[in-house]
Amino acid sequence: MDKNKEPLIHITKRSDMPQKQAWLIRLFAIVAALIVCAIVTTLTTGLDPISVFSEMLDGNFGSERKVWILGKELAILLCVSLGLTPAFKMKFWNLGGEGQVLIGALVTAAIMLYLGETLPNPLLILVMFIGAVGAGAIWAAIPAFFKAKWNTNETLFTLMMNYVAIQLVAFFVIIWEVPKGSGKVGVINQTSMAGWLPDIGGQKYLLIILMVAVVTVLMHIYLKYSKHGYEISVVGESMNTARYVGIKTGKVIVRTLLVSGAICGLAGWMMVAGSDHTITTTLAGGRGFLGIMVAWLAQFSPVGMIATSFLLAFMARGASEISTAFQLNHSFGDILTGILLFFIIGCEFFINYKVHFRKKEGGIEHV
Amino acid sequence: MFDLVSFIPRAVVQSVPLLLGCTGETISEKSGSLNLGIPGVMYVGAISGVIASFFYEQSCGGHVNPAVAIILPLLACLLGSLLMGLLFCFLTVTLRVNQNVVGLAMTTFGVGFGNFFGGSLIKLTDSDVPSIALSATSECFSKGLPFANDLGWFGKIFLSYGFMTYVAIAIALVTAYILKKTRTGLHIRAVGENPATADAAGINITKYKYLSVCIGCMIAGLGGLYYVMDYASGVWSNDAFGDRGWLAIALVIFTLWRPNIAIFGSLLFAALYILYLFVPTGGSMAVKELYKMLPYVVTIIVLVVTGMRNKRENQPPEALGLPYFREDR
Repeated sequence: MDKNKEPLIHITKRSDMPQKQAWLIRLFAIVAALIVCAIVTTLTTGLDPISVFSEMLDGNFGSERKVWILGKELAILLCVSLGLTPAFKMKFWNLGGEGQVLIGALVTAAIMLYLGETLPNPLLILVMFIGAVGAGAIWAAIPAFFKAKWNTNETLFTLMMNYVAIQLVAFFVIIWEVPKGSGKVGVINQTSMAGWLPDIGGQKYLLIILMVAVVTVLMHIYLKYSKHGYEISVVGESMNTARYVGIKTGKVIVRTLLVSGAICGLAGWMMVAGSDHTITTTLAGGRGFLGIMVAWLAQFSPVGMIATSFLLAFMARGASEISTAFQLNHSFGDILTGILLFFIIGCEFFINYKVHFRKKEGGIEHV
Repeated sequence: MFDLVSFIPRAVVQSVPLLLGCTGETISEKSGSLNLGIPGVMYVGAISGVIASFFYEQSCGGHVNPAVAIILPLLACLLGSLLMGLLFCFLTVTLRVNQNVVGLAMTTFGVGFGNFFGGSLIKLTDSDVPSIALSATSECFSKGLPFANDLGWFGKIFLSYGFMTYVAIAIALVTAYILKKTRTGLHIRAVGENPATADAAGINITKYKYLSVCIGCMIAGLGGLYYVMDYASGVWSNDAFGDRGWLAIALVIFTLWRPNIAIFGSLLFAALYILYLFVPTGGSMAVKELYKMLPYVVTIIVLVVTGMRNKRENQPPEALGLPYFREDR
């Protein structure tokens, strides 16, 4: 074979793709993913894909209650990913969202249980809020401190912190379990409803959704217009540049992770006080990891994250509806979500790189 | 009294999936690929083996041929894990997407894949068995040496395991040797430390990355298979494999990227993992949950200490987690 032959495929980097075209590629990837999902569904279960998708739509929008649940799921997932965003923008791999959510939830539940009788409700909710946010912030700041001081690998540190949090929750679940031996805490303050977030306009989840909307706007401003946001971008682009321009990188890392963990803790507070009113080791339910996808797919833009978290929340809700309707195992949703993620992840290549094919007689053809 | 003779064998059977997962991940990380999809790969490996042997046991109605019963799930497991490895490579090496994101997506997918087929295999095939219990296959996998029981505590501690336990140790030793002493190992390490230099030296980056990640995934997949077939006696239950995949990734750091150390590291992790069963806690279930925290806390401590001591040979591969693009200088 001729060694000096030009390779068949040649790729170059590009940074000039217009936003519109980029979104078109992503949309195309989603459509392609849905088609593959349909094929997989038919192959594995023998079901007709059209009826599966209509069931999925029905599961999300079939009734007013379902729409509210979708809204709540979207809001909580978005909240977790908003929390993770500043850390990722700084290229700090916070895989500990799961643990930060759980620890926030744990503190919320503890305060509900121990102070539920003594404090008036608004004050109780406030104390729960402060506790959860603080706990989440501390949980995230521990790995950040070690990263800043000794450059400890944060990916694995935060990951391990998840399991420490899970075991901590497991410990308290057994201490608090009602009735003894059931392994479940059950609904906390079921009769007094102490520490439950109030309904707004008769809607249980409206308050959560509004709060997350506020957090989204604040995060957008924080990242885009504040000095902190600027420092985060610089540290994320290059540690050396950051040091050179006089940014105290260690301080920025710890501070950013305090913010990151606080918002994850907030999500835990919302789940315990606003929707579930109980605590289990699986409360976070993989949102800490899914949130990473949400943030990454939206290129860390808080507004774009509304769209991506909608997509993932829609898939999750729809898939759980499918599994109930067609009596499938609940993990079917994870397979579909996985396929969707592979496609969206893969399509980033076509946004960031240009592919050139070798022409028959020399020269380069542009695609 | 602490019963060592019953504690050690239990720790050993716990350690095998961790060891296989850790060896696989080490190979992959040495070539610069931080594969966070390993937990998913182990699920896929396990369920692929389960599906193969489920059909085999169904078709032959209880009278299994030991050789086929072992080889069939083994091949299916290797194939399933290989496909996952190829997926990871295609996305991260060819399409140059971020490894962490791909890995996490693979874990979501793989765990879902395992639980879905594990939970609905019976329904999908319209069989009349109540649950997936591959006892005949499992017997072939977990058969110890026949004279192990005659040798008292020695036989119990060293010889009472299924063949995959010894295979796992052999794989770890061979991997350590290849990575450290052979030219292939040198090339893999070069790719992981500094792909640009390796490229300039004429090493085919893409080839070595594909090779190490795929072989790594196949070895890790065996860990999943061992868990179902040997440890769990052929019974699949959803989520039973748990977080062992993540522990295997943590173990890579704990053992400083050395599969030979991983043999003891995995044993230590496994011992910590099951310590709660053996420590007297005064009947308190809650305290046991705190004991289960131990392997994770130990990993964190090791992580911090190796970071602090900053010895060069104990550091992760220099280019770990970074995609390589030749024109990116």
